[in-house]
Amino acid sequence: MAAANQPLDASIPPDEIAERRWGELIIEGVIRVAGISSIVIIALIFLFLLREGLPAFLDIPLRQLFGTRWYPIEEMFGLLPLLVGSLIVTVGAVAISLPLGLTTAIYLGEIAPPWLREILKPIIEVLAGIPSIVLGFLGWIALAPLIQNLGAPTGLTAFTGSLILAYMSLPTIISIAEDALYAVPKEYRDGALAIGATQWQAIWRVVLPAARPGLMIAVMLGIGRAIGETMAVMMVTGNAANIPSLGSGIFFQPVRTMTATIAAEMGEVAQGSLHYSTLFAIGIVLFLISFAINALAGRLVGVEGLRRSRGGML
Amino acid sequence: MTNKIEVRDFNFYYGEFHALKGLNLAIREHAITALIGPSGCGKSTFLRCLNRMNDTIRGTRAQGEVLLDGANIYAPAVDVVELRQQVGMVFQRPNPFPQSIYDNVAFGPRVVGMAARGAELDRIVQESLEGAALWDEVKHRLRDHALDLNPGQQQRLCIARTIAVKPQVILMDEPCSALDPVATLRVEDLMRRLAAEYTIVIVTHNMQQAARASDYTGFFWLGELVEFNATETLFSTPSKPLTEAYITGRRG
Ligand SMILES: Nc1ncnc2c1ncn2[C@@H]1O[C@H](COP(=O)(O)OP(=O)(O)OP(=O)(O)O)[C@@H](O)[C@H]1O
Ligand SMILES: [Mg+2]
Repeated sequence: MAAANQPLDASIPPDEIAERRWGELIIEGVIRVAGISSIVIIALIFLFLLREGLPAFLDIPLRQLFGTRWYPIEEMFGLLPLLVGSLIVTVGAVAISLPLGLTTAIYLGEIAPPWLREILKPIIEVLAGIPSIVLGFLGWIALAPLIQNLGAPTGLTAFTGSLILAYMSLPTIISIAEDALYAVPKEYRDGALAIGATQWQAIWRVVLPAARPGLMIAVMLGIGRAIGETMAVMMVTGNAANIPSLGSGIFFQPVRTMTATIAAEMGEVAQGSLHYSTLFAIGIVLFLISFAINALAGRLVGVEGLRRSRGGML
Repeated sequence: MTNKIEVRDFNFYYGEFHALKGLNLAIREHAITALIGPSGCGKSTFLRCLNRMNDTIRGTRAQGEVLLDGANIYAPAVDVVELRQQVGMVFQRPNPFPQSIYDNVAFGPRVVGMAARGAELDRIVQESLEGAALWDEVKHRLRDHALDLNPGQQQRLCIARTIAVKPQVILMDEPCSALDPVATLRVEDLMRRLAAEYTIVIVTHNMQQAARASDYTGFFWLGELVEFNATETLFSTPSKPLTEAYITGRRG
């Protein structure tokens, strides 16, 4: 920055300058410590997970670990049903929340009159604050019977979980996506309209591509929210550690997710047992998945993407 | 020469604010018409009335007639999207889309459904870039990002993007204010050449630019059109004292 190369203001007495420097040093130090400590804490968490979970990877043959049977009582620790359970619930949630979230954001950001947006935005943000256990409860007493009436063998299915999760991640997706759209300079829209594009063409061909990095982040955070959620999912997915049979009914069978497994079983295991470390191993897998999602988001968005999306009009 | 646009008893309001007051003027076909006047006098507002870009601002209201080839563009049956294909606009700050050079120029032809692909589209893109005097500089890098161009090139790209839909009128709102003198002269040359095919209306803060680059000049003051005349006449023998004060003040 240019300012750093400017000579110091001669009118400030030297001791005051020295004082300011001290102030700066302290602030810098505090910020540095804060920044480093968050990295250290993450590293410690991971090390702890590793320490507790590693025995599972060492003692259980990999074939069994990634096998299809999760029967802890019989010492069968196959993670596959849980992985598949999480995957199905998450995919379902994303499939519902993504189109809904993005279209809502587009409506709020581009189409709705200002007064309506002023009403809707705070409401959506309040939704984000509803405790997940409340949603889980709602899903259990209201949603599940509904789904059972639709003809599923039970109301507690992967789909029920997906619906609740979609609802939970919607506020995040909507609010971040709307911010991303808002950050697209009006000049782009004007440019498109001024050569005879319709409003929809301007949104679809100019505004959305320009907002892509932010929209990606919205999506990724939404997925992250869905994959990490525990309580609500535990209440409504039926908790059957089976791999659902393939076919059109795949979403309408009970499943059990990784998070729900940890939460449900952690209280019952003997510390240090194989079951115990397997639960931590599940934690490691979850950790790696969320890490991968973040890395993927970073790759998809990229520094370049962010610069491009706003840089032109700065 | 015929009149491309005729403005009759035109008023424009931002909510309660009366921004344009009782305008009457005619804009000649294949001529360059410059609009000058102090900041806030309504030049941009007027320009944006000519392709109804002000429709995108809530709470605005237009009154009176703007005839394009004799037909009122504010008539209820008019399709603004179609109107804007005929009356294109170039903005003060270059605003290429954050996409490739090619896609920027191809944008218009694609959305208005002209010959929208392949060799035909390539030809339109090339012609438009040639028309905007940018082809030679970018022909080997059409897939490059438009924001990697310098501001002067970006503005010519915006002009190329506008002429790609073959409008009849091009509105330019201080197109050179973000450009250096060399780039400014290039755009002025370009306008001169474009005037053979298009009707051009340009807003400018720069007296010299109005004097050297336009055929007709209108002087706005507080939302009113004080004087409208051939550029030479207006600058050499202005008929209103206000005009004279303004152009001499700004020259000296
Ligand atoms: N969107 C708007 N809402 C309300 N008032 C506006 C709006 N845009 C412009 N105005 C007002 O209308 C008047 C004319 O503005 P306009 O931008 O047309 O002036 P201008 O001649 O183009 O000025 P400049 O030379 O600074 O570009 C000004 O008083 C301005 O404050
Ligand atoms: Mg202006």
